[in-house]
Amino acid sequence: MNPFDYTVAHSVDAAVSALGGSGRPSKILAGGTTLVDLMRLNVEQPAAVVDITRIPGLNHIDTEGREALVFGALARMSDVADDPVVRRDYPVLSESLWRAASQQLRNMASLGGNLLQRTRCAYFRDRQYPCNKREPGTGCSALEGLNRGHAVLGVSDQCIAVYPGDLAIALVALNASIDVQSTAGARTLRVADLHREPGQTPNLETALRPDELILRIRVPKSRLGKASTYLKIRDRESYAFAVASAAVALDMDGDVIRDVRIAVGGLATRPWRAHAAEQSLVGKTFTEAAAAQAGRLSLQGAATRPQNAFRVELGANTVAEALKIARERA
Amino acid sequence: MINEDHLGLNRREVVAAGTAAAVLPANTAAAPPAEGGVVLQINGVGHDLGDLDPRSTLLDVLRERIGLSGAKKGCDHGQCGACTVHIDGRRVVSCLTLARQAEGRAVTTIEGIASADGRLHPMQQAFLDHDALQCGYCTPGQIMSAIACVKEGHAYKVDDIREYMSGNLCRCGAYVGIVAAIEQVVAQGRAV
Ligand SMILES: Cc1cc2nc3c(=O)[nH]c(=O)nc-3n(C[C@H](O)[C@H](O)[C@H](O)COP(=O)(O)OP(=O)(O)OC[C@H]3O[C@@H](n4cnc5c(N)ncnc54)[C@H](O)[C@@H]3O)c2cc1C
Ligand code: SF4
Ligand code: FES
Ligand code: FES
Repeated sequence: MNPFDYTVAHSVDAAVSALGGSGRPSKILAGGTTLVDLMRLNVEQPAAVVDITRIPGLNHIDTEGREALVFGALARMSDVADDPVVRRDYPVLSESLWRAASQQLRNMASLGGNLLQRTRCAYFRDRQYPCNKREPGTGCSALEGLNRGHAVLGVSDQCIAVYPGDLAIALVALNASIDVQSTAGARTLRVADLHREPGQTPNLETALRPDELILRIRVPKSRLGKASTYLKIRDRESYAFAVASAAVALDMDGDVIRDVRIAVGGLATRPWRAHAAEQSLVGKTFTEAAAAQAGRLSLQGAATRPQNAFRVELGANTVAEALKIARERA
Repeated sequence: MINEDHLGLNRREVVAAGTAAAVLPANTAAAPPAEGGVVLQINGVGHDLGDLDPRSTLLDVLRERIGLSGAKKGCDHGQCGACTVHIDGRRVVSCLTLARQAEGRAVTTIEGIASADGRLHPMQQAFLDHDALQCGYCTPGQIMSAIACVKEGHAYKVDDIREYMSGNLCRCGAYVGIVAAIEQVVAQGRAV
């Protein structure tokens, strides 16, 4: 690990000015489960690290408001996963959290840091391999390498790395947004607009500026929460990243689908909302065939490689299965 | 509790690191640390680590500066759970925790859970009763994780135990005994 200056910020203002002010590559440190890991691999090499975990009042879980659930950026994954209202009324959120990582990591990891976790592409994590995301212009080792776990949606000829997080998939399905702050001021953006596709610049991963701090996450309250699920298919039963996943939420009028949200994870370079699949279901009677069709539409436009081609069908089936689970909760 | 043997084992690293950790009586930790000195509260004892390199992880400080070698380094990347300790009563992986982030918080390691008279913690006893180990490398992490698992209320069903203990890998495959040990502690309803 390279040496770095370590500062503790005791307020949001102190954190954003420490980030913006130094003129040197600086990084926010929350739970550290992405950042410390990647610093030890010398994939991240900040000159300065700003610890925000001691800022008071950033770890709230507020489910009482009329409009939205509001989570502070420092709320821990484990606490939000176990929150009784979240579990009862928004199972998709709770499941996306407790089906991620391990309880030790969830006790450390913050929701803000979770959104900004970086890809698990093995070539990205190992500096001996060329990687356009880590070092632009060096090439992508995964294109002709081991890419069974790489993305089939949103890929480019520069990078096919999966966005590995689970929570963001559920948040995109629920139309969530984040409030961010820098020395230039505050703004709100949709989680759906936070992550970028790799295109020709896979090193640019989000719409955030380097000096922007996530303050909180807002999830609009909606009837779609209750009949929802996050289905995560893994190579083992627990404690693994998704091979395919689906966040699904339904609003039913008897057997007829009044509204539906579908997002897929583990298969795309960013959280992937499946609008075409949603449209195919709205106003229709829920049937197994309709769910299967929506699954296929969710994977529309997939671009595969020989090792990961099987994940198109797997992804389609995951969406269909998630729809059935959500239907039973309606 | 500081074990002299542990310190002896690690003297080489302690010397290499420049300064040996000074052991402070517990009540001094509440006082402001001496001039930028980093003070960690571990198993109820304050340790002044001086001007600690910010890169130091809690795991490395425990093992190499303080001489508590119970927490193990399996992967150093948050993947195996061998380094599990409690911070303010919650289980975390100490390999991804920068030591400075633990300042002012109560750190508990496997060395700190037996009672003062040396009686084993019920979870330690249950692991013995159920042969919940073979080589023992993962065991300190398993036990720290298991204690927290019960306390969190995630140990009432076998499926929950398996799910919420999945962050602790055991290369020897002692999982059956581990689950049985946790069930025993829950069944006994013993304070953990
Ligand atoms: C072994 C292992 C398994 C895992 N499995 C899963 C899994 O199955 N599913 C899953 O979703 N995740 C998984 N993770 C990833 C884990 O969930 C993330 O590492 C974690 O959520 C990141 O949160 P953190 O608080 O630790 O972030 P940090 O590591 O502290 O920060 C991560 C990034 O976000 C930035 N950042 C943090 N907070 C803010 C903020 N408020 N504003 C702006 N920038 C910020 C940091 O600068 C850094 O770049 C796994 C991790 C490990 C190590
Ligand atoms: S897929 Fe992306 S992250 Fe992985 S090696 Fe290629 S460029 Fe790097
Ligand atoms: S050494 Fe910390 S999780 Fe493996
Ligand atoms: S007992 Fe050997 S690794 Fe678990």
